[in-house]
Parts: sequence; structure tokens; C-alpha cells
Amino acid sequence: MTASGDIKAGDRIVHKVFPPITRHTLALYCGASGDHNPIHVDIDFAKAAGFPDVFAHGMLVMASLGQALTDVVPPSKLRSFATRFVSITQLGAKLTCEGTVTELFVEDGERRARLALTTKDDRGEVKLEGSAVVAL
Amino acid sequence: MVDQSAVGRSFTPVTARVEPGRLRYFLNTLGEENPVYRNADAARAAGFAGTPVPPTYLFCLEMMDVDDPFEMFAALGINLSRVLHGEQSFAYHAPVLVGDTLTFRPLVTSVVDKKGGAMTLIGIRCEVTNQDGVRVADTARTIVVRNEAAS
Repeated sequence: MTASGDIKAGDRIVHKVFPPITRHTLALYCGASGDHNPIHVDIDFAKAAGFPDVFAHGMLVMASLGQALTDVVPPSKLRSFATRFVSITQLGAKLTCEGTVTELFVEDGERRARLALTTKDDRGEVKLEGSAVVAL
Repeated sequence: MVDQSAVGRSFTPVTARVEPGRLRYFLNTLGEENPVYRNADAARAAGFAGTPVPPTYLFCLEMMDVDDPFEMFAALGINLSRVLHGEQSFAYHAPVLVGDTLTFRPLVTSVVDKKGGAMTLIGIRCEVTNQDGVRVADTARTIVVRNEAAS
């Protein structure tokens, strides 16, 4: 499904499930993103900081949500994208990203929709809550 | 502990080039297969004058090309192992394309203590302009510092 002129409040237009997050993914994302905080790739550092293991970069999880979003909303139509990082995303998490239309409105002379976004792991625990505004 | 005196502090502007090889590495890492990010014809068909970047990539560009990625933490006396990312937002004003050169200007906009000082939330806003001086985006992030137990 893609976001188009006939969507309405309540429509779930974003839904994507991602494969489990591996240590390899975290190592690659460290380089790909420029976020070299060792807490995501060095288990010794993570343990010294009080965590049981390394964990996913919040921005890796947001990038997945962004991917789910622009699978259905052309990137040229994305006006804003915001998230709150609700809980730490552990290794092995299989993320489900969803977005539901909450509001249709006109702004800057353009018809727009506001989406409520969530990312949950495979146990149903909320990882990200957010919103996006897209042009229709 | 970071206090209100940090509000208004700005840090060294970051100039970042949107390079195709680095972008491809990011796309591959994320399993991003959307042709709009990978194929010039698909990007043109979607209305872009070049190849666009995914919605969170601005955050990466700022971190990849900064001279000292943890300058702000060092300047504010924050221990990296105590830092978590609390919130992130992007407002998009104009396309960001492969080949662009972007300038990021980070600024501390708020410092809020939570849970009786157990945590400090630091708000940072960043204007992003391109090589033509066009303001392409504004980003905002909230950094959570888990403060050491008060003694």
C-alpha cells in the first residue's frame, strides 16, 4: 500500500518486519553511521558501563523505521520524522515497524497526513514511538 | 554534571560530503533495497534531480565527518559510557542528494534534570545547509546522561 490522496485517519499504511539484529549488523552500522560509541560493539566496554551486553544503536532502529516509512511514502513527500527511544533494543530483536494515520490537515498550502509510528521487538516491547508528517 | 550554563553553547560546524560509496555501505547494512536510493532513473522518476538519502542519514553524515565525534561530550565533561539517545527528530525542507556538501551547526538548546538529578537531558538542535546555502533540514536530538550516584 502507498500513501495517496484517499487515505483516512485510522489507516495503517506502514508495516514491515525486519530480520534479527546480529552483532555483525551492529559492527557494520558502527562504520556505516559514523557512530563509533564502543558501547554498541565492545562487550567489555558495555559491561563496564553496567549493561549485560552490547545493544543496538537507537539510530539503527530509527533507520529501520525510516525504511519502513519510505517503502510506502516517497522520500520527496516526507516533511518530518521524529522518534523517542523508549527502551534499549537488545541483540536478536526482530523489529516490527508500523505507522497509522492519525490526522489529515493542510499546512503550507499542502494536504498532509500525520502518522503515529511504533517499533516493537518480537516480544511486543515498544522500542520507539514517533511520528511523521507526509505530503499527500 | 551538566548545568544550565551549557545552554546556548555551539560546537565546531561540521562539513560533510554525501559520498556514494559510504551511502551504499549504509544501504547495504540496513538491507535497504528501495530503488529510489540505489538507481538514478528511479530517483529521477520520483522527482529528484539526483540520488536522495534515507531519512535518518543526516545524523550519520554529521557523525562521520566531524573531526572529533565526541567533542561535545568532552567539552561538557560527559563520560561516553553514561550516554543514551533519548529523542531524535528531523524536519526536511529541501532534498539532500549524493554529491552535496552539507554544513551542520549544532547548538545546545536545553538542559533538564530528571529523577532528582539521576539523569540529565540535553537538547541539541542543528541547522543543516547545503553548498548553495539552502537550508535543507533541521535536526534535534535529546541526549540522556545517566549521572553517577551523588556522594
